[in-house]
Amino acid sequence: MPDAQLLAAQDLRLDVNVLDYVILALYFLVVLGIGFAAKRAVRTSLDFFLSGRALPAWITGLAFMSANLGATEVLGMAANGAQYGAMTLHYYWIGAVPAMVFLGVVMMPFYYRSKVHSVPEFMRRRFNGATQLLNAGTFAVAQILIAGINLYALALIMDAMLGWPLWLSILVSAAIVLAYITLGGLSSAIYNEVMQFFVIVAGLVPVVIIGLTRVGGFSGLGEKVKQSVLGEGGLHTWAHTAGTDNPLNANWIGLVFGLGFVLSFGYWTTNFAEVQRALSARNTNAARLTPIVAAYPKLVIPIVTVIPGLVAVVLFGNLGKDGGPTYNEAIPLLMNEFLPNGVLGVAVTGLLASFMAGMAANISGFNTVFTQDIWKAHVNGDHPDEWYVRLGRIATVVGVLAGIGTAFIAAGFGNIMNYLQSLFSFFNAPLFATFIIGLFWRRMTAWAGFWGLLSGTVCAFASYILYKAGVFDFGTELNASFWGAGIAFVVDAIVSVVVTLATTPKPESELHGLVYGLSDASVSDDALAGDAAWYRSPVILGAGAVVLAAAFYLPFL
Amino acid sequence: MAAPQRLFDIRRVIGGLFLVYGLILTVTGLLDSAQEIQKAEGIRINLWTGVAMLVVGGAFLLWERLRPSDGPAASDEEE
Repeated sequence: MPDAQLLAAQDLRLDVNVLDYVILALYFLVVLGIGFAAKRAVRTSLDFFLSGRALPAWITGLAFMSANLGATEVLGMAANGAQYGAMTLHYYWIGAVPAMVFLGVVMMPFYYRSKVHSVPEFMRRRFNGATQLLNAGTFAVAQILIAGINLYALALIMDAMLGWPLWLSILVSAAIVLAYITLGGLSSAIYNEVMQFFVIVAGLVPVVIIGLTRVGGFSGLGEKVKQSVLGEGGLHTWAHTAGTDNPLNANWIGLVFGLGFVLSFGYWTTNFAEVQRALSARNTNAARLTPIVAAYPKLVIPIVTVIPGLVAVVLFGNLGKDGGPTYNEAIPLLMNEFLPNGVLGVAVTGLLASFMAGMAANISGFNTVFTQDIWKAHVNGDHPDEWYVRLGRIATVVGVLAGIGTAFIAAGFGNIMNYLQSLFSFFNAPLFATFIIGLFWRRMTAWAGFWGLLSGTVCAFASYILYKAGVFDFGTELNASFWGAGIAFVVDAIVSVVVTLATTPKPESELHGLVYGLSDASVSDDALAGDAAWYRSPVILGAGAVVLAAAFYLPFL
Repeated sequence: MAAPQRLFDIRRVIGGLFLVYGLILTVTGLLDSAQEIQKAEGIRINLWTGVAMLVVGGAFLLWERLRPSDGPAASDEEE
């Protein structure tokens, strides 16, 4: 068997049979069944799962982790693994883990204790209504764009299973997602979100095992990556990062400041889809532990994402080249190559369920922010509750339709993770700057929040346009998003400081519980018996995760 | 509230689904032809994945049985 196969772009066709469809059907029967049963059995659809602020840290941690590990992450990080090699590990070990620990240790008490329902609402209380509106607006746009990515990915798999043209797959997928959100309701969406994580892992582990067997284990993989297009650089994370002579074309400043600090902290600490999971924890300690519990599995997720990416680049010689399959297709190609019917069905189910869960989360995020933070707070807040429920339903349909449009934008990117990271640099990086300055500097004024956020977002966008136009040379799309995030952060910070000095601050009485050092005296200590134990200490567990992340780098320096 | 709440415990749902999937894959794995085994580099991947899923599913059910969730019983205090 030749070491590297050459594939045509249209070669990807998953060979599914009846057995695989049975596995797929079973999954959706369970998910929709829960949706129906839960609708009848509970007062509010959220009673059983994520509400009432009654859940222990292990459940919220599981939900937190699952909300992030969707198929976009799996396909995208495998694509990055194939395109950039071991440097993709930075996403996990300098990116996600420290940010998750920071969220748990520092930020969570503010979110949990201020009892806000969304990040834009936090913005309104710390700054003003205009900041809330701006944040809600960019959040709504971001959700629609990300929904498009999920929809496109869903269509990609449908296309591979059934051989339909992409536009038809996108339309049919959108119809399925809409039916799924309407039929199953929120509770089935939340169950789906946690279940897809386990099903995806069950489908990917066999791919990793067979893939490693094919290339001759870890040592064989290392040897073959050296001979591939990635070369020696594909096995290292920090080598040659003093300059830009590495697969990512990124130097250590871009990695540490852009990716590690701004982009990752921005994503993890202000992404409401994630933070909301922790808000349903039973007390402050459980809320703080939520992201930290999730950080431990996050440390080892690269085994099922980056390794398949490397295997794919070794096996498929023209992956990501003109005329070959795109990097996005790394995982589906491997599934097709290795998995017999049966396990194949599990893997396909995991991917499909995951894209649906992802898109459902985007649409419901859009829906909530549109009805609560935009319409109710700024357009008209005088209608009865049912009126907003109806508005929410219309927003769902509009969101799905808009997602069809943005799916075609996503289709234009050979690596969806790059696209996603660019979006994060526009929306999350400036938000993080405003958030963190507002948290630690109590003098920061309401209008500083607004103008800082606006200028940061505009500058990140401008830097991306200038990169695309060839004015800025960042080397790779990914490095461009690191720098875009860094620029957004710095501009946001400077504008915030300048505007603060020119305007009057809010009185301290309005800031209790919203800034560091001004605690809200009305919130009592909610610690439970046993919270003092070391294994429930956010600081100790968090430090453990960071130390492990640093140790994991050692074989890949 | 207690009975439906236990029915909807996420550990039960995942455990049940994994047991069913594990059973399907194990049977399929036992019946796999030489061609399917060869596709997976000589590994009986359906069989092994099936057995692993049975174990994981069983573990989830056992966990739920040993440590039943005290769940949203306290949800009447707010919201």
